[in-house]
Amino acid sequence: MGTDTAATFEKSLERLNVERTATAATDVHGVLEDVCTTPTVGSSLPFDGVSLPEWVNDTPTPEDLRDAETGISAASIGIADYGSVVLPARPDGSESVSLFPDTHVAVLRMSDIVPGIPEAIARLGDEFRAGNDTAIIATGPSATADMGSLVTGAHGPKEVHVVILDE
Amino acid sequence: MSNSGSREAKAAHLRQLLETEGDAVAQNTRGFNAGRYDSVSRLDDYEALKADAREIKEDAIARLPELIDRVERTVEANGGTVYIADDAADANRYISDVCDERSAERVVKSKSMTTEELAVNEALEADGVDVVETDLGEWVLQVADETPSHIVAPALHKSRERIADLINETFDPEEPLETAEELTMFARDHLGELIEGADVGMTGANFITADTGTIALVTSEGNARKTVTATDTHIAVAGVEKVVPSFEDLAPFIELIGRSGTGQDITSYLSLLTPPVESPAVDFDEPEVAVADGDVDRDFHLVLVDNGRMAMREDDQLRETLYCIRCSACANSCANFQSVGGHAFGGETYSGGIATGWEAGVHGSDSAAGFNDLCTGCSRCVDACPVGIDIPWINTVVRDRLNREGDEGQFDFLYEGLVPDEEPGGIDVQKRLFGNYETLAKLGSATAPVSNWIASTRPARAALERVAGVDGRRELPDFQRETLRDWYASRGPRIDAADADREVVLYPDTYTDYVDVDRGKAAVRVLEALNVRVRIPDVAESGRAPLSQGMVDTADERASRVYGTLAEHLDAGRDVVVIEPSDLAMFHREYEKLLPERSFERLRDSSYEILEFVYGCLENGADADSLRGDAEIAYHSHCQQRTLGLEPYTTAVLEEVGCDVLESDVECCGMAGSFGYKSEYYDLSMDVGDRLREQFTEPAAADRIVVASGTSCEDQLGSLLERDAAHPVEVLDPHRRTGR
Repeated sequence: MGTDTAATFEKSLERLNVERTATAATDVHGVLEDVCTTPTVGSSLPFDGVSLPEWVNDTPTPEDLRDAETGISAASIGIADYGSVVLPARPDGSESVSLFPDTHVAVLRMSDIVPGIPEAIARLGDEFRAGNDTAIIATGPSATADMGSLVTGAHGPKEVHVVILDE
Repeated sequence: MSNSGSREAKAAHLRQLLETEGDAVAQNTRGFNAGRYDSVSRLDDYEALKADAREIKEDAIARLPELIDRVERTVEANGGTVYIADDAADANRYISDVCDERSAERVVKSKSMTTEELAVNEALEADGVDVVETDLGEWVLQVADETPSHIVAPALHKSRERIADLINETFDPEEPLETAEELTMFARDHLGELIEGADVGMTGANFITADTGTIALVTSEGNARKTVTATDTHIAVAGVEKVVPSFEDLAPFIELIGRSGTGQDITSYLSLLTPPVESPAVDFDEPEVAVADGDVDRDFHLVLVDNGRMAMREDDQLRETLYCIRCSACANSCANFQSVGGHAFGGETYSGGIATGWEAGVHGSDSAAGFNDLCTGCSRCVDACPVGIDIPWINTVVRDRLNREGDEGQFDFLYEGLVPDEEPGGIDVQKRLFGNYETLAKLGSATAPVSNWIASTRPARAALERVAGVDGRRELPDFQRETLRDWYASRGPRIDAADADREVVLYPDTYTDYVDVDRGKAAVRVLEALNVRVRIPDVAESGRAPLSQGMVDTADERASRVYGTLAEHLDAGRDVVVIEPSDLAMFHREYEKLLPERSFERLRDSSYEILEFVYGCLENGADADSLRGDAEIAYHSHCQQRTLGLEPYTTAVLEEVGCDVLESDVECCGMAGSFGYKSEYYDLSMDVGDRLREQFTEPAAADRIVVASGTSCEDQLGSLLERDAAHPVEVLDPHRRTGR
């Protein structure tokens, strides 16, 4: 991943009105504290030296999901051209954490940003054949125009924030 | 019902839709269409992506049986179940059984046109299952008890005000809902609760990969994600044509589907699910048990539906329909669809340009018959289709098949012998009249001006409207006694063969030859001004008129005659110059289906639209000063000319001779050959034309010379604007009087 790709990714997020914060792994707790509104639920972050802060509920019940304001989950790939994040569905319930609360905070390693769809699909193809087999390519918040004009936050999150780990 | 009675009923239905749904349909579809242009222009490799997508679909459909077997094995190895359903009843029976086994009381659904095709909801409701549509558009329709008017945005015919009235009346909220935001949040909460208590989640599938058994779902709202996550039983329902060989094949479609449809670069969510998924189900019946500790025993059923598709695959003409990825580009780019939407331009389930193929294939020709005529063959959808389906051709073939299903013998006494077509007796008299326009023009010209006087008398017009449905409000063509060919034969060429830079055949299309002879004369003078020697042989009508009426055999016969006449000229190295874009489009597109490949390619490679040819002459050193120019012009290109990518030549030439050109951006003028003459379509045609009228009556355009490349566009502009329109070549005519 070159700096160009990271810059394109940021530009795409800006176009989507998606907030983003780049941070070193050591500062991630501070950043999460700034961008999350409690109650916050989360799914574990599989990155070296990064863990969920203690104030995040990482074993949410359906009741917790209903009440949560923010959900934190890991993104495995960022797609520069589109500002998309790939959200793998993990057995700890990352899918519901990223879907039910009003704000979704996706945590992504800068080195996982790829230029475009073909690169992302090539990488996912290898993962899918290896058995890691469900993911969402998410681009911006959930949206609908079915009620007469564009509204964000139809069934899914109304806001998305991408935290980029600059290793 | 008599023909004139059914025409009147059809006209009334269209008028009613124009009034009630037209504004919302127009606003939304035109927004999508403009978005598509913007979005695809941001791609560096749009055409290459389309070519990739096309190739993947061609390959997948060619080896469909093998791929279906592969999907079956893969999904079952993953732990799911595959059921191949022969038809709707078979699919519904299986789905009912699954729901029954799971003792399902409520099924939540994300949007799926295939389940509309099967009428799954009705089947489950008959079993006492509560079926809830969770896509907001589908939900609105479920509440309203209406059918989709668009395959991607099913409720786009409803304005926000009408949706608000519906929801307020049905649910009687404490505070009446008004804004889109309020309506969306109400639906989110209401449907959120219903999803929480659901037992089964049903989705469609945009693509299914045979190598990994992955279901790709293209959505924006997040309802498909919730539908799958919050239930432990997932039923995915899809047509067999949705299978692609490998996971990597998804790439071009992901980039094309949103752009082509609603003009979004990508939709909010692309779910790539390889079920049964590992995500723990969110069980709201156990609200205090951590989700990760809950029941993960997920059940997955993939219902692959044939319902006529394997027969479509065997049908050389309908097969391409199976490449369709249901993006809606053909609906949004269609001028008629933009006016009336899918409640007119659609059958039992599907709507838009490609719907004729789908309806004929899955529901039968009756369902296609009701709306097939709304495709005018303008071909604006052809470039818009991300998999390059020749949608107008499919519509023409189905029209031809419908013609052959007509009542044998009807009106035979009138037409057999009089018209030299190749069609069976049952064909509708209106179609036969317009399909045989050349015969009519010959007869009209030979007896002009008497034929024009008679045709314009009130009794003649009344009879024409009653018998053939030619709308009395349209001006009929004024046939000229001296045809273009007659004029040229007596005048002779003005450029010596020895001195000429080139020699060409000017194709005498029926309209130029018999009606608008002036534009033909202008074309001759313009070509001669560029030192081009002109020949105008006696060439048959191109077949465009019969083809537009679905008379494929007649068009085929014309193509052979045209090629037979022109072959000698092609051998002699003469280019063929064509004034009427719809005839050039025959040579460049449809003749591929009607002539041997080599003949088609020879004629295509040597035939040019007249302004394209002029452009070529100027590029090769001809003197632009020999042409007139210096005018302020409002220019409407022709739909088929634009599909061929030829309109830039006209604007370039006009600008080179010093014209100031303002170009329209509407897809079609609404006349589309004979379409606007038909009494049942007159109001629709005028409604479509209204967009052009608006553009050309704005202050910036109101005083300009109106110029159009197509015959019927000129006629339509004449009725819309009450000022005459000219062909671009008339602007260049060295004999043009100032001001014209």
